[in-house]
Amino acid sequence: MSTGLGDNEVISRVLLGEQNAFAELVTRYQNYVFTLILRMIKSREDAEEIAQDVFVKAYRSLADFRGESKFSTWLYTITNTTCITFLRKKKLDVHSLDNEKVFEVAENKDSGFKANVIEQKSRVNMVTRAIAMLSPDDAEIITLFYKAEQSLEEIARILGLEINTAKVRLHRARGRLKEKMEKHFTEEVKNIY
Amino acid sequence: MKQPENIEQQLWSYIDGFSSREEKTAIEKLLASNLEWKSKYHELIEVHQLMNASELEQPSMRFTKNVMEEIAKLHIAPATKNYINNKIIWGIAAFFITLITGFLVYAFAQVDWNFQDNSKPLIDLSTVNLSKIFNNNFVNGFMMVNVLLGLALLDRVLANKRKKYQKQA
Repeated sequence: MSTGLGDNEVISRVLLGEQNAFAELVTRYQNYVFTLILRMIKSREDAEEIAQDVFVKAYRSLADFRGESKFSTWLYTITNTTCITFLRKKKLDVHSLDNEKVFEVAENKDSGFKANVIEQKSRVNMVTRAIAMLSPDDAEIITLFYKAEQSLEEIARILGLEINTAKVRLHRARGRLKEKMEKHFTEEVKNIY
Repeated sequence: MKQPENIEQQLWSYIDGFSSREEKTAIEKLLASNLEWKSKYHELIEVHQLMNASELEQPSMRFTKNVMEEIAKLHIAPATKNYINNKIIWGIAAFFITLITGFLVYAFAQVDWNFQDNSKPLIDLSTVNLSKIFNNNFVNGFMMVNVLLGLALLDRVLANKRKKYQKQA
């Protein structure tokens, strides 16, 4: 149940020993964190485990949150580093992942992106599936920009990049998403344009 | 004439609201007069709206409960600033800076600045007496402290790993 308190007020309560107040932050951000991870990792089972790990890490380090950025920005920074560590452990190269292979992985695994015939026709679902075909880097920046309510400055901070680099990376990621849509969803795209 | 990729880049900046006032005015003029720009703009705005409309994924219903059960076993770690004393960090930095400066001063003191013969090396390494340095009690003590610190660090890393494996088991 929502308390209506701001993130920083909830954090103060948790730091004062009210551990249950942390549930409010989990409820508030679980969908954002989970979506971000799922789009990078492409496996629902792993994404859930990593998301849990992210919240546990955030709780453990809560005293280090100084309020200089939004709590969500801080939380997505933990999400980003946790995902990168996971991908490295899985021996997946975050930067040079073959997009087509990612597509195969996304299609073959029970990734949550499999949709029924009716859903597949929906444009929104097409975008979700096209994002699943992108590399973790591209999927992450697009999700941070469009779904995680982060400004370009905040995205740059999360990813440890210069603002201009983040801008270029976002532009390129969108370009690749458009290419995927045109290549794999030709009919749907024709209806859109 | 502008490349299509360049047009896209400018249009994305315009859609995201990153364009300057001048760029915005110029793009708006092009959108009103140029069909290529207009059609590209409609393409991109459609993709932009679809990305905004894409839905968030949801974890399992038990997610919050699982996290809360997990953190019930834990305590919040003290803030890093509370246990990292800046004075100690500055002290270590000062120690190493002094050490490096000392070595540099010693090295430059060995240089014969009035040499005439070009074939002679700038620093005569044969005059540096290494055995004298390593017979020094201070240097030996310093090396010993470093070895002990290294062993303590190794012990800590191994202990952490052991804890992690025990937890996983």
